[in-house]
Amino acid sequence: MGVALTRSAQWTAAGYGTRTLEITPLNEAILKEIIMFVESFIYKHPQEAKYVFVEPLEWKTNLDPSAFESGYIVSETTVKSEEVDKDGQPLLSVSVPHIKVRSFGQLSRLLLIAKDTKLKEAQACIEANRDPVTKILGLDYNTKKEDTSVVNILDKITKDEDPESEIKMKLGMLLKQLDLHLLNHSLKHISLEICLKPTIVKNDIELLKHFSGKGEQTVLESIDYTSDYEFSNGCRAPPWRQIHGEICYVLVKPHDVETLCITCSAEGVFLNGGKTDDEGEINYERKSEIYKDLVTFLKEKSAKFSENMSKQDVRFSGEWKKKEALKEAPKKEEAAALQKALPASGKSVLEKNQINFGKSQMTKRLEPSLNWKATVDFKKHKSLLRDTQEEKHGGRLERSGPPVSHRRAQLVRKSAEKIEEIISGSSSESEEDEEPPDHRQEANVDLPSEYWQIQKLVKYLKGGNQIATVIALCSMKDFNLAQETCQLAIRDVGGLEVLINLLDTDEVKCKIGSLKILKEISHNPQIRRNIVDLGGLPIMVNILDSPHKSLKCLAAETIANVAKFRRARRAVRRHGGITKLVALLDCAQNSGELAQSSLCDARDVEVARCGALALWSCSKSYMNKEAIRKAGGIPLLAGLLKTSHENVLIPVVGTLQECASEESYRAAIKAERIIENLVKNLSSENEQLQEHCAMAIYQCAEDEETRDLVRLHGGLKPLASLLNNTDNKERLAAVTGAIWKCSISKENVTKFREYKAIETLVGLLTDQPEEVLVNVVGALGECCQEYENRVLVRKCGGIQPLVNLLVGINQALLVNVTKAVGACAVEPESMMIIDRLDGVRLLWSLLKNPHPHVKASAAWALCPCIQNAKDAGEMVRSFVGGLELVVNLLKSDNKEVLASVCAAITNIAKDQENLAVITDHGVVPLLSKLANTLLLDMVGSPDEELQEAAAGCISNIRRLALAIEKARYT
Amino acid sequence: MAAYFFNHLRTFCVVAGVLPWSHSVGHRVVNSGISGNPGHIGLELGYLRIVRCVEATLGMDQKTLKKLVESISNTVKNFKKSEVECLLRLFHSLVERANVRLNNFGLDRNAFRAILHSIFGMTDDMLMNRVFFAFDKDNDNCINAKEWVKGLSVFLRGTFEEKLKFCFEVYYLNGDGYISREEIFDMLKNSLCQQSSEEETDEGIKELVDITLKKMDYDNDGKISFADFEKAVKEERLLLEVFGPCLPEAKNCIDFEALAFRHILTSSF
Repeated sequence: MGVALTRSAQWTAAGYGTRTLEITPLNEAILKEIIMFVESFIYKHPQEAKYVFVEPLEWKTNLDPSAFESGYIVSETTVKSEEVDKDGQPLLSVSVPHIKVRSFGQLSRLLLIAKDTKLKEAQACIEANRDPVTKILGLDYNTKKEDTSVVNILDKITKDEDPESEIKMKLGMLLKQLDLHLLNHSLKHISLEICLKPTIVKNDIELLKHFSGKGEQTVLESIDYTSDYEFSNGCRAPPWRQIHGEICYVLVKPHDVETLCITCSAEGVFLNGGKTDDEGEINYERKSEIYKDLVTFLKEKSAKFSENMSKQDVRFSGEWKKKEALKEAPKKEEAAALQKALPASGKSVLEKNQINFGKSQMTKRLEPSLNWKATVDFKKHKSLLRDTQEEKHGGRLERSGPPVSHRRAQLVRKSAEKIEEIISGSSSESEEDEEPPDHRQEANVDLPSEYWQIQKLVKYLKGGNQIATVIALCSMKDFNLAQETCQLAIRDVGGLEVLINLLDTDEVKCKIGSLKILKEISHNPQIRRNIVDLGGLPIMVNILDSPHKSLKCLAAETIANVAKFRRARRAVRRHGGITKLVALLDCAQNSGELAQSSLCDARDVEVARCGALALWSCSKSYMNKEAIRKAGGIPLLAGLLKTSHENVLIPVVGTLQECASEESYRAAIKAERIIENLVKNLSSENEQLQEHCAMAIYQCAEDEETRDLVRLHGGLKPLASLLNNTDNKERLAAVTGAIWKCSISKENVTKFREYKAIETLVGLLTDQPEEVLVNVVGALGECCQEYENRVLVRKCGGIQPLVNLLVGINQALLVNVTKAVGACAVEPESMMIIDRLDGVRLLWSLLKNPHPHVKASAAWALCPCIQNAKDAGEMVRSFVGGLELVVNLLKSDNKEVLASVCAAITNIAKDQENLAVITDHGVVPLLSKLANTLLLDMVGSPDEELQEAAAGCISNIRRLALAIEKARYT
Repeated sequence: MAAYFFNHLRTFCVVAGVLPWSHSVGHRVVNSGISGNPGHIGLELGYLRIVRCVEATLGMDQKTLKKLVESISNTVKNFKKSEVECLLRLFHSLVERANVRLNNFGLDRNAFRAILHSIFGMTDDMLMNRVFFAFDKDNDNCINAKEWVKGLSVFLRGTFEEKLKFCFEVYYLNGDGYISREEIFDMLKNSLCQQSSEEETDEGIKELVDITLKKMDYDNDGKISFADFEKAVKEERLLLEVFGPCLPEAKNCIDFEALAFRHILTSSF
């Protein structure tokens, strides 16, 4: 079982590189194939099924002994098969949870017993037995070796004329066939993932050339390759760039933009660094995002292109379809060539197998590569046929972009082929090469029934008037649109473009129906991208102006779903969506003069809610944050904060929290008196709302005035009391974050102490996720700047967990922990505990941490430790290599590190012996170098701490120099 | 009284010339297909007619009118008395224009359809017939004053429940209280683009009928009862006018009210 995997490890390193199998469609497909092979083994090869493996396959099973029935001796925790080998050992034995299997017959039975958990068992078996062939056949047949030619195996057999060897050999063959089959199978998966090919690119460029030239009507002024030489594989990129998947480079001059130098690569199309002037060399570096094809790229870059393209569209798409049809053929050919090339080495084996095992079903399934040529021609013929058919109906063709028609064309062809296949009764081989347009469909050849039902509904959307359309839309809504099958089915039958086209009509009912569906299916990330690719966003943005409130709401909600990725957010902004969304927030304006009173009716509130929801999604991009602010969004958001509708407040606060990362927002939030409302909503019942409010406070409380405002509006008490509920970790992280930032102000710390927050914080030092820990420790670090709190933390037993956290790896956490430990170390009594827990050594070893922030923070923390430890000098010397490490840090080029290390050296040097050691390590020249370049600047720094450290350092240098002088003369 | 009216009518006529929507009149052609948008030509006709209608009401018997207003106002709650009066005057003049027969004072089907088309922007002949039958409660093939006001109350001010009932009445024709499969077929038969053959189109419509029944026939008896209809529409408001538009669009209603109740608004200033 699973012999192939030893081979397959070569081609799916990603899937099999780790110890467990990843759950990918490819792996699943492979496992299914293996299961099929093993399950049918007992019937197809009864003789071989009895063969006893050299070593048992062992793994941990999830099966319960009670699942085994007749043919097995079952006890509570063990199972033994009645079938035994010649020594009387059972061929299958289980002692929960371990299972040992020693023949294919038993493996087949086991899979039958496993029923639904088949896949799991197979996976567990393969994960546990990385080289099953060796276990089954013995070391001699190890397939991991490269020389697994038949000759070798034949040699073996002729040498020892043992009947078992013959079976062994047969098994070897069978497993090898499986191996090849799996290779072929997975190749198909892999070949689907390549998106652009030289032929496709070439066709696109030629077609665009056809529509380029002087004049207003053309799509481009010019489009040219940078190189005239075309390699035999269709690429024009130099070979060393082809390695990176690059196909060719084109210079494009659109009407309205400067000449663009573009790289076409297998991953897509992007802007490169352009031609360097002198030598005509190309700067290959990527300068833009990657687009899926040339047309999409140009549409994004040139408005004129986009405009003229849509004018040409009808004419163009016809043309494109023809090209598309031609494109299909070479694609197939390429896939065929790939498939042929790879298993070529195994082919001789294969042909031999056919002679030896004529009966075997397997061989038949492995044949198709011989028939490629014929099927390709067949296809060409068919696509031509389709073309003429399409031309007949030409008048009815919908307007749609080329990439879209591609998929639809494939679908049309697919169904056409189905019919033809039935008629001509063509062989099963053509089934093998027929590749459905989408991988997900390939995994399960039987399409779910929803697929056909949805296809039918889409037909009505296309060919019906508004009555039929509304009916079809309403019944489509009845499908479980949260399910991926349905979402993709709508897309794959071409429903997405129809739904988007409907948004462009005057029919309000159709628009509402369409948006209701788009809103649901746009939860799927793929669909989001498709909607953007099909140009859905500008249309939805336009709908935001509609007088129909429900329509506006639906459009905004859909935008909120779609704008979850960067390109979509940018599209919303570029089409003026941000301004329109901000306008939705204006309740008073929405309901006209009637609602001049601040009372908005429920539907206006809903409009505002949807607008805020969309802005929340959009606000993840910096440019959008700016756009929201410029559109006057902040006062409107502030106004909405006064409502009591939780479902409005959440997106509003969410948006504010997102935007508060910008300084301009923080200032505005202060000015618009937003803090007051954030504080108020901390006491809301809704956990999500509390979380976002705390998060917003966390973002804003970097500012001192804001921290004071939080206190003045009574925000500290609710924050402290929220600490007691630790089940919701997201909220806890936000709350502790807010507390951390607020406790930067001393007055706030006093309040927190009053509310017993410090004790609670100490309690949170264990068993919390890192996001929470960072904030808790940060807050404690701030609190411990005061004597009372240091005592408090010690009395609550906070030192031990803090020191324990010094061994972590999270950078942010380490920075905070070192700071907190340093703050505690100011207290001699706490210092004793730290010393006892070996905290100083831990701090010292953090000087080796790769992150400069951690290094610096650790060095700062060492200062009070050295000051307050008993026998500090002895302690420091006890760290082997510690002093050298510190001195060497003076070579760092990070100012923060330098400053902190200088401070540490100041303290270290107070001990005579240590001073001698660091002198030996060459501290003086290093320091004097710093004194010239850096320390003098630092003495003039506005940061008092830095000033002090730098000045202390200079005085130390002087003392050091004096000491050395003295030593020289005595 | 007459003088009072006359005065206002004069101002009305002057003002009407610069009505906000009058400038957009007549530039667009009624388009068929998916955007069966009521064109503005119809509106203009309706507007002209109403103007003339209200002039004609001057000759009406004041006493009879008052009585009628009283009795109708008792049953139709959606309108104020003054509004009912306006509607009645309008009705009278519409009837007068459409050659009255003495024994059967009211609007016949053709006259009513003309109104539906020109004032409320409806386009589908079959549906307009059905709306006529829904207005004509006493089945005398003629809409009398009371039916007129009642019908309009649903059109202009109907609650969701009233509209629901009205639409259902429009859609079931033979009076058995159900919308049958055949009726649905009849109403949907023009809803698909002509495909290559008639059979194919028929087949497509049959399937559409099945889809509709699957969606709306909750008790699976092969026809849509009022309970079915109500449940389906409450679940999805888009299904209110599922078999074709039979209620005027909001914009048409607003325009109509602005016009019909114009002198109430003017006199209140």
